[in-house]
Amino acid sequence: MNCDVCQKEKATVFFSQVVDGNLQKVNLCKCCADDKGVTDPTGFALADMLEGMGEETATETAVATDELSCPSCGFSQTDFKKTGRFGCADCYHVFDEGLDGLLEAMHKHTQHRGKVPSTFPDLPEAEINPLPEEPMAPSPLDKLSELKVSLSKSVEDEDYEEAARLRDQISQLESQMGDS
Amino acid sequence: MRFSTLLKKPAEWMRSPGPQSDIVMTSRVRLARNLVGHPFPGWARKEDRSVIMEEVRPPLEELSEMKDSFSEEMTKLTALEKQVLVERHLISREHAAKGPGCGTVMNRSQTISVMVNEEDHLRMQAIRPGLQLMSAYRSLDQIDSSLEKELPYAFDHQYGYLTACPTNLGTGMRASAMLHLPGLVLGEQINQTIQGANKIGLAVRGLYGEGTEALANLFQISNQNTLGTDEGEIIEHLDRVITQMIENEKNARMKILEDKPTMMQDQIGRAYAVLKYAHIITSKEALNYLSMIRLGCDLGFVPEEERETINVLLTEIQPAHLQISAKRKLSPEERDILRADIIRTSLNRLTPPDFSTILTERDDDE
Ligand SMILES: [Zn+2]
Ligand SMILES: [Zn+2]
Repeated sequence: MNCDVCQKEKATVFFSQVVDGNLQKVNLCKCCADDKGVTDPTGFALADMLEGMGEETATETAVATDELSCPSCGFSQTDFKKTGRFGCADCYHVFDEGLDGLLEAMHKHTQHRGKVPSTFPDLPEAEINPLPEEPMAPSPLDKLSELKVSLSKSVEDEDYEEAARLRDQISQLESQMGDS
Repeated sequence: MRFSTLLKKPAEWMRSPGPQSDIVMTSRVRLARNLVGHPFPGWARKEDRSVIMEEVRPPLEELSEMKDSFSEEMTKLTALEKQVLVERHLISREHAAKGPGCGTVMNRSQTISVMVNEEDHLRMQAIRPGLQLMSAYRSLDQIDSSLEKELPYAFDHQYGYLTACPTNLGTGMRASAMLHLPGLVLGEQINQTIQGANKIGLAVRGLYGEGTEALANLFQISNQNTLGTDEGEIIEHLDRVITQMIENEKNARMKILEDKPTMMQDQIGRAYAVLKYAHIITSKEALNYLSMIRLGCDLGFVPEEERETINVLLTEIQPAHLQISAKRKLSPEERDILRADIIRTSLNRLTPPDFSTILTERDDDE
């Protein structure tokens, strides 16, 4: 939705007031909102009041009764279409049909490979993918000597592709260290 | 120190330099987390949000990293205070508009901040000067690992951390760096750079995130995919791309100095003249000229000591910061006047840019 004033920027501030007994809505971009001084306390209260009402209210929330909804939070498929967000963590299992396709398009993957909380221990071996265990980032000097060791090893192994990559990293690191 | 006092002090990361901080202003990492058995904030009632707030606040405040933290409900902050936090990138614009049951917790140095009940129950952020994404991540990771023992996180082995919006699923991590790219802008290579980044799954945005204009030649680059790649890989990928962008930016600057040295001198000289003598200046105009003075520092035309001043000014001249320093609400016209005053005072030691290095090189050519 574009800003009502400049018609160019995306509207991010939604302002409304009662004019002749009718609720009038104004949508502004940040620049125009600042210019109009719509960042005052009453503006915020208003924004908060409007938040949760959604953009187009009540009239179209007439939902088919047989529509799938989350038993934990009452969220429906229509709600998801409207907001692009789910209602609670359980929604992911209630609405999992077609979810993989959506995730594939969004992330190009459907399987988590990052951190796993320590409170979820029953994890298949193959998926464990921790970060290096160092509590602190290694100092550039440590990193540099490490890289140099790997470089001489890769030259010995005649792995020149790897060697070239390491050389780039070393010269980059050295120039970084020179800069600071 | 009260919350309002904190707001008057610039954050630590605005002042201290970091690696590559000539081009990379800041590195930020944020993690999204939710608790099981509670609706996400956008779908929750006021009471649900208050329950979450009560549940997460004690463990957050007890973290050793958050010793002496500042912790406040959004309803207790004035509109101006909230706007200051937005201008410092400590909370989002969306969060500033939140009401009961929503809050914010941050450490004294403002390097760690947590939004409670933004789009997710927890949005934790670490911010560092310069290019230090991994270090920012590690500090957040520690906090996250302490919290996971206290709070029942919503997690799934297939989908990872369950977030309100599926775009954050998986790691729930968004890593971003704020880059100062005047060379690529002046050299008209910026659109190409942005498109290139988009093609490899990275987002490039303006100073204040989604849909904002690129003021002061500042660009935020961040990962878009969060599922199927681990935290370390996401950061490594970003680091690689950012390092390349730094290289491109430096080359673009050198090319302008070679091909159009007069244009470069004009840009920096003009910025000097306006900032030094203007009595009325809009935020957009000021930001763009400050960017040119910063470029002057990088290229050795302006004394290095001015860099910190410029970094602090980039934030201090924004509308809410001006009104906090004036201790009252100001009209846009009043702000433009105060902004010019503050800039002139801050830059009072600034001598005219010294372009002798360019001129010598040019003489050599002839
Ligand atoms: Zn507008
Ligand atoms: Zn649900």
